[in-house]
Amino acid sequence: MRLVILDDYDLASEWAAKYIRNRIVQFKPSADRFFTLGLPTGSTPYGCYQKLIEYYRHGDISFKYVKTFNMDEYVGLPRAHPESYHSYMWNNFFKHIDIDPANAHILDGNAQNLEEECQAYEQKIAEAGGIELFVGGIGPDGHIAFNEPGSSLVSRTRVKTLAKDTIVANARFFGNDLSKVPTMALTVGVGTVMDAKEVMILITGAHKAFALYKAIEEGVNHMWTVSAFQQHPRTIFVCDEDATLELRVKTVKYFKGLMHVHNKLVDPVLSIKDQ
Amino acid sequence: MPSNKSVSDAPITQFINCRILRDNELQREDLWVREGRILDPEKLFFDEQGYADKRVDCGGSIIAPGFIDVQINGGYGIDFSQASEDVSDGVSFVAKKILEHGVTSFCPTLVTSPPEVYHKVLPQVKVHDGGPHGAGVLGEVLQMLLLQTCLRKRSRCSGTRAPTAAENGVCFTSCKLPCAGFHLEGPFISAEKKGAHPEKYLRTFKSGGLEHLMEVYGSLDDVAIVTLAPELPGSQSVVRELSQRGITVSLGHSAADLSQAEEAVQQGASFITHLFNAMLPFHHRDPGIVGLLTSDRIPAGRVVYYGMIADGIHTNPAALRIAHRAHPSGLVLVTDAITAMGLPPGRHTLGQQVIEIQGLHAYVAGTKTLSGSIATMDMCVRHFKQVSGCSVQEALEAASLHPAQLLGISPKKGKLDYGSDADLVLLDEGLNVKATYISGEEVWRKGQ
Repeated sequence: MRLVILDDYDLASEWAAKYIRNRIVQFKPSADRFFTLGLPTGSTPYGCYQKLIEYYRHGDISFKYVKTFNMDEYVGLPRAHPESYHSYMWNNFFKHIDIDPANAHILDGNAQNLEEECQAYEQKIAEAGGIELFVGGIGPDGHIAFNEPGSSLVSRTRVKTLAKDTIVANARFFGNDLSKVPTMALTVGVGTVMDAKEVMILITGAHKAFALYKAIEEGVNHMWTVSAFQQHPRTIFVCDEDATLELRVKTVKYFKGLMHVHNKLVDPVLSIKDQ
Repeated sequence: MPSNKSVSDAPITQFINCRILRDNELQREDLWVREGRILDPEKLFFDEQGYADKRVDCGGSIIAPGFIDVQINGGYGIDFSQASEDVSDGVSFVAKKILEHGVTSFCPTLVTSPPEVYHKVLPQVKVHDGGPHGAGVLGEVLQMLLLQTCLRKRSRCSGTRAPTAAENGVCFTSCKLPCAGFHLEGPFISAEKKGAHPEKYLRTFKSGGLEHLMEVYGSLDDVAIVTLAPELPGSQSVVRELSQRGITVSLGHSAADLSQAEEAVQQGASFITHLFNAMLPFHHRDPGIVGLLTSDRIPAGRVVYYGMIADGIHTNPAALRIAHRAHPSGLVLVTDAITAMGLPPGRHTLGQQVIEIQGLHAYVAGTKTLSGSIATMDMCVRHFKQVSGCSVQEALEAASLHPAQLLGISPKKGKLDYGSDADLVLLDEGLNVKATYISGEEVWRKGQ
């Protein structure tokens, strides 16, 4: 695991965006060889999306040959609802970049047959050659995507009922009315994300600190599903100072000491203009 | 990228680098157009996996719905009230020229005239949508060839078929209701408040109400607005019957008091022709027609709109501000432009009279009575914003959204909602017109 610690949210977002940018540019995607990217939603990755849009506007990256697979979507929420993950991705990312709509995949929470939808999604990922880089976040209860505490660590894309913690955490997007928050979601499984070549988890804010502690300083445990990535060969956790508040001083000092190594991944920052 | 057409083969245009007037604010958003209407890009992306065929860089311009002028008597030498043989050509000529002012739809206005003039002029112009040939003459909301939804308010529908569905009070039936195009200002107006209208052609209502109107006008098929004085005996039934036919009834050139005006509103009147001009002045014990702006006797759910000629001449800026502050959502900018608009100073004809241009003023020849304005719609928008201190969004809505709401053609016109007609005006920071589009096609550009 690489634990990359930046001073604040903005710097963490920027580091993550630079890393994604470098990975895509280095990969040199083309019509025969797409770069497959797994994507999250929520407030944590927002800053990262903003930076990626900025890089696109400056002509430094293109999403023309990038295929994206989002992690999750609510069940039963109309797609045009402002809080649906389709709306989030459109407004905060897709509408600002040059991605081909046919390559932007999001689970359909209004599908006739939800199980079939989940299986078809796994199929699409397989057909795309697997995910090159899966970007995700972490819930306050340590979940990745909607793999709530107790989810199998080898699970695949499926329907999940949301935990109380998650519903409460999401209520702020639904006018703080718990009754309006969807109770079920389609989500990629822990196993699905583990299949990716590389996983990058973004964690910012003090309210995520305990979950980060459980995820990396305790054992692999299905109650804190992000801990599964301790067994993935290539994981990066990108966080801000606040998110490290529950970690041991020793852990933080060690990884801060490695920042000069980590920064080689984003410095120099690459551009398609130079290719 | 491979072909993106799944719902339609029509090309998609994306206006980028612009600020659009939507939801009562200027938003930094792209505007997407297909088949002459505003398109929902999110639906396009997810449902059709579609993308734009053509991008238009607006250079930071403001995009507003095309302006709608509900009171314009002519211009560039054309006088709509002249009973000539080629009225249609005249209307088309003006329609094309006013594209330069950002006007994409208008109601050609006829001042008080003898019946022969109405009988000759009205049938010559069939209302139509706009295009590269010029602005649309407001009227039939429905295309003659295609069945479309009529966007008249249900309460004003007098179609023969019962509505099959209703959403938000808007009738969604294909009843081919003629929402006509002309604005007939007179002859049923007050002699005391005739303004520049010729006295000898003024009329009063005879018994038989609407039939008498039909005798005078000949036909009401392509009429959008009728201005009348409600104090004339017999007006109540006329107002009611016109409203039921879907024609907007406007109060103007009238000496009515407030209660007469309120009575007319209750019968269906919904507009005031050039507020303050040709009516009794506001008095604190009888506010007259002006009092409608704050009347508490307006039926629930109804709005009284009022035209303002914001040319700096017809109304003192302080009066304009009073009206605006009292009832901002009802303000409709009109030009009341006359034949001489767009022409050099001198003498010209208007209806049955001669008028004289002096600078920015147009008088009845030999008097100091204002006979109309020569301001253009974009000048009115700028002037209104400047003297009222209102926001850019309010100034633009007074020339687009409000007239569309008045005529019951919103949101098809007057808005940039998904599904609205793509009649657009591109403006710079100073609200000067840079380009005009009708149904998504560029019909005028500055400098060309």
